Amino acid sequence: MRSVILATATRVVFPLLLLFSVFLLFRGHNEPGGGFVGGLVAATAYALLALTGGVASARRVLPARPEVLIGTGLLAALASGLVGLAAGRPFMTGLWGDVSLPVVGKPGTPVLFDAGVYLTVLGVVLLILFTLQEEDEA
Amino acid sequence: MNLLLVVPLLVPLATAAATILLARSPRAVRAASFAGAAAFLAAAVALLGATLDGTILVTQAGAWAAPFGISLVADRFAAAMVLVAALLLAAVVAYSVRGVDAARERAGYHPLLHVLSMGVSGAFLTGDLFNLYVWFEVMLMGSFVLVSLGGERAQLQGALKYVVLNLVSSALFLAGAGLLYGSVGTLNMADAAVALRELPAQGLPSVVASLFLLAFGIKAAAFPLFFWLPASYHTPPMPVAALFAGLLTKVGVYALVRVLTLVFVRDTAFTGPLLLAVAALTMVTGVLGAMAQGDVRKILSFHIVSQIGYMLMGLGLGTRLALAGTVFYVLHHIVVKANLFLVAGAMRRAGGSFSLDRLGSLLARSPLLAAAFLVPAVSLAGLPPLSGFWAKYLLVRAGLEAGNGTIVAVALAVSLLTLFSMTKIWNEAFWKPAPAGADAAPAPLTTAERASLLGPVLVLGAVTVAIGLGAGVLYRFADAAAAQLLDPDLYVRAVLGARDGRM
Repeated sequence: MRSVILATATRVVFPLLLLFSVFLLFRGHNEPGGGFVGGLVAATAYALLALTGGVASARRVLPARPEVLIGTGLLAALASGLVGLAAGRPFMTGLWGDVSLPVVGKPGTPVLFDAGVYLTVLGVVLLILFTLQEEDEA
Repeated sequence: MNLLLVVPLLVPLATAAATILLARSPRAVRAASFAGAAAFLAAAVALLGATLDGTILVTQAGAWAAPFGISLVADRFAAAMVLVAALLLAAVVAYSVRGVDAARERAGYHPLLHVLSMGVSGAFLTGDLFNLYVWFEVMLMGSFVLVSLGGERAQLQGALKYVVLNLVSSALFLAGAGLLYGSVGTLNMADAAVALRELPAQGLPSVVASLFLLAFGIKAAAFPLFFWLPASYHTPPMPVAALFAGLLTKVGVYALVRVLTLVFVRDTAFTGPLLLAVAALTMVTGVLGAMAQGDVRKILSFHIVSQIGYMLMGLGLGTRLALAGTVFYVLHHIVVKANLFLVAGAMRRAGGSFSLDRLGSLLARSPLLAAAFLVPAVSLAGLPPLSGFWAKYLLVRAGLEAGNGTIVAVALAVSLLTLFSMTKIWNEAFWKPAPAGADAAPAPLTTAERASLLGPVLVLGAVTVAIGLGAGVLYRFADAAAAQLLDPDLYVRAVLGARDGRM
């Protein structure tokens, strides 16, 4: 069932959702938000595309396969823990840089960890949704 | 020093991520998977090497001091468990080259193996009860998917029972952890051990201990909570079953040993006899269940249950010799039991079936396979000079020294019945001529299949023989590990630093 209303709304909402997901990711450091919800919101954006235009169109917009997102996310989270080790501190020690960036604040290992969570959640949710929907479309 | 504790967790995670990224090329996945398993093994050897002199390695994750952060701790027992787990993972990965179908490999078989291993090694190394719960969940998520991957009807039936029972166990564990936190305000094991000394020995601590006993008892497949195990372990492919059989129930046993020697140490008048009764019933029901089965996989599954009884017996007796017996038993058993499941897979390949009615003349068809079966089977039954004999000998002697004739008699009788079970498999599958009505014999094993299926089996068999012949070395290690377990102050001091009470 194709709905014109949903398709038109998706075109407007899609970039907003992605932007909002990144906002949530960075906000999560001190306030409610974070990589998990951020990843879920980003996944919603792509899910809307898949619902209105089919999985193939959503895959075209997605920068990498969901599997690659999961793998990269896991490695990013892992790397955030290794920074502490490399600095001679225990694993997962939170370390921050000295520079302060606009919006992001001081970049440090927690935000890298959260970015890893973001990618992993996005990848897992999309993998599940795409697989189910492709079975349906076939 | 703190690197040694972290690497056994990082290597499986990195390998899981790498095998996901490489998913398009099965050859690369296998190579990465095996390289990861080998690196894990090397890390485990280094970890054990650092604990051999009695050092208890501790690191506080994220530099948050105990009891506020999560401590990772490795004493002799934990390090040895990580090493056996790594050895088993390497064997299973090598076996999977021919032991698992391409469809399962494409569906994420290798990443899941490593996620499972990460959960297992995390459960061995954590010094925090809630973190232990998290590692259990990591391990279970990996195992849930592995047990149902492939989606065969029998598999899903088994997986359902497995999942439901394990969720019940997790809920009980969580309830226990909640009660403990409510009463002492900490879940760091060392800190909780100190805090519980100020509470009366009976009452709430015993209730919490019972909850843990119940939760870990389900995971360890102890009587009367074992029925999920024989209902599910025969359904996944054999390398998966081998990994489960070797590791998962033993993580439950490990958690029981850890909690009852470190945290809930004072009410042994309650836990000791209870554990011994459970141990005896576990041994007997497991072995009787095995006798009624005609499928190699089901026979082996019931024997896991029965063997868990022996490990609990040592814990229930609680003397130094008995605990050394438990440590020895767990280490020996992981190798032997997993090996038997791997052999079962090779028997299926060589003889075309898992059913004893339809198997036959495997001895003539593959003498090497027969030898590969004989070593772990005889060791499981406990005949000298293989590893199982020494493990049982230690426990029986500990039972006699403690003056508990009943449990010794049960242990010996069950051992005899185990021997009967193993001779049944031998007679039916290897000795008797192939049944007349059976399907045509499958093609003989190719060289590649020999290397992949029998290679790991023979390596694990060699480990069993080595443990048997060098039993003195492992006994001295197990004895030292037991001494460490019996002195919780060592553990507490290592984690909390050199302070006596709570700050």
